[in-house]
Amino acid sequence: MATTAPLTPASLRGAPKRRRREATIRVIFAGAAAGSLVISIAIIVTLLARAIRWMTSIDQSWLIGEGWFPRRNEFDILTLLEGSIVISLIAMVVAAPLGLGAALYLSEYASPRARRTLKPILETLAGIPSVVLGFFALTVIQPTIVVGVFGAQGSSSFLAAGLAVGILIVPLVASVSEDALYAVPRHLREAAYGIGARKRTVAIRVVVPAATSGIVAALILGLSRAIGETMVIAIAAGATGGALRNINPFDGGQTMTGAISSLAIGSDQVQGSSYAFDSLFFVGLLLFIITFALNIASERVVRRIRRVL
Amino acid sequence: MATVAPTEQIRASVAAALRGRKRDVAGQAFQLALLATLLVSVGVLIALLWVTIADAMPVLRDRGVDFVTSGTSAIPTRAGVRQGLIGSLILAGFVVVFAIPLGSASAIYLQEYARDTRINRLLIANIRNLAGVPSVVFGILGLIVFAQTMRSVTGPGGGKPGLSYISGGLTIAILVMPIVILVGMEALRAVPPSIREAAYGVGATRWEVVRSHVLPYAAPGMFTGVILAMARAFGETAPLLLVGAITGYFSSPGGRGAADILQGSYTALPTQIFSFATKPAAAWGALTSAAIVVLLIAILAVNAIAILLRNRYERKW
Repeated sequence: MATTAPLTPASLRGAPKRRRREATIRVIFAGAAAGSLVISIAIIVTLLARAIRWMTSIDQSWLIGEGWFPRRNEFDILTLLEGSIVISLIAMVVAAPLGLGAALYLSEYASPRARRTLKPILETLAGIPSVVLGFFALTVIQPTIVVGVFGAQGSSSFLAAGLAVGILIVPLVASVSEDALYAVPRHLREAAYGIGARKRTVAIRVVVPAATSGIVAALILGLSRAIGETMVIAIAAGATGGALRNINPFDGGQTMTGAISSLAIGSDQVQGSSYAFDSLFFVGLLLFIITFALNIASERVVRRIRRVL
Repeated sequence: MATVAPTEQIRASVAAALRGRKRDVAGQAFQLALLATLLVSVGVLIALLWVTIADAMPVLRDRGVDFVTSGTSAIPTRAGVRQGLIGSLILAGFVVVFAIPLGSASAIYLQEYARDTRINRLLIANIRNLAGVPSVVFGILGLIVFAQTMRSVTGPGGGKPGLSYISGGLTIAILVMPIVILVGMEALRAVPPSIREAAYGVGATRWEVVRSHVLPYAAPGMFTGVILAMARAFGETAPLLLVGAITGYFSSPGGRGAADILQGSYTALPTQIFSFATKPAAAWGALTSAAIVVLLIAILAVNAIAILLRNRYERKW
């Protein structure tokens, strides 16, 4: 029998081969995680570079005009911003009350069984592709609601697209805010019941305030989703290519996402102006910055209010 | 016997007194209003499905399998979704090959290996933000990086250089990766620390702990993320428009090698729906609905699997 080596901290570290394997695996996993950072840096760098190149190559006065007509070198960015805002506002007017109401019912009133059935249905409906909602907006919402109820003219409008985007984000708003409402500790509710509060009072005065952060985050997420929504607008907002500045919901117009997609589809024909196609990088950067800011804001809200509670 | 009735009466009157004298009409109205919002939210979407299916029935009944096996055509009665369906499946293949391994590995690193440092917190916040970036922006990234910068790899030849399956597939893979990572991290986080500690206690290394003790419990949850990512990959349209999915007439040349196909022109099911939907002629309406039904069947099937798995394997610790 050989004498046993004295037990040192080094002998607890394990066999070199095993440790090498551990180190390798760790590096592989870390590399994969770093990949996501590379992707976001790539997005920012490429968008910035192309957008700046475009900005410096054009005549700055082209950015202000009476509409967005890339083939005529009219890049009135306000047209797109106003279009995006109009559509998002219409969408939020639909999605906020419907989504929050549905969430409050599911979390406070629905029986556990109903909740177990309805929540997955809602989440499945959240997976309906936006191209489907776009078709719905064009074939059902526009003729029956916009033309039928409001008596507007035309085959497409901001209102039809906005309503469809609203319907599209209802499940998202409902699902995220329901999570927040459901997570409110039971003892808060029981304390309120204990002093004789009614169900409605508990829901409105106790549960909703306690879940404010989650609800606000859900609304911001919904807004961010509405601004970034593309296909509904490409199909149903009425602008293929250029559009005059417009905030009348009964008429069509162009938004940031709509401009990007129509530039992308029409890329073969955009020969008249070499500036036209590259303007999508600028619009893309703008869209990225706006949604990025909204996402950060929603994260901030959650964190700040969570600290207070 | 005689005491039963009074007890019942007392109980009823006590209950009535506790409820309050008046019936809570406003409270009931409030509850009904909330129920109405829920029913409207779900109802509108179900009505949408219903209208679409009703609209699609004639096409699906008359054409049957022929609609799924026909290629694109300028004539509505002969157009089908074969290339779109194949295209979507190939794009989903890119998700399987790239997004799932990379995403799962990232989730494992961030949840099991990374310490709570500033950099790692930044990394996680960054992934969260990527999940919220509009898909069309990912399309622009794909256009610049895959279709233009890497053109020699993604498709040097053809009518539309760089606008190929490889560009489209990689773009979609990058787009859904944050979902795989975030859902995967959540699944790993749900495994209680005691399981890990037990394994460390008998001398397992970190990888051995993860592989043999954490992953088996976290696998169903991570799989949910994978399925959600697949469903998303099937339905995404906007980024594909930027990386060149064909929206018009399209003939897929046969008899070529795999590399040629992957570097060649492509289309996808949602892109075809978009091109059908934007055609003015009325005959395309029913065709659009039929294509939507095919797409929704694919997506709903994938989603249903996710929900079933989650309900079946969900554990409460």
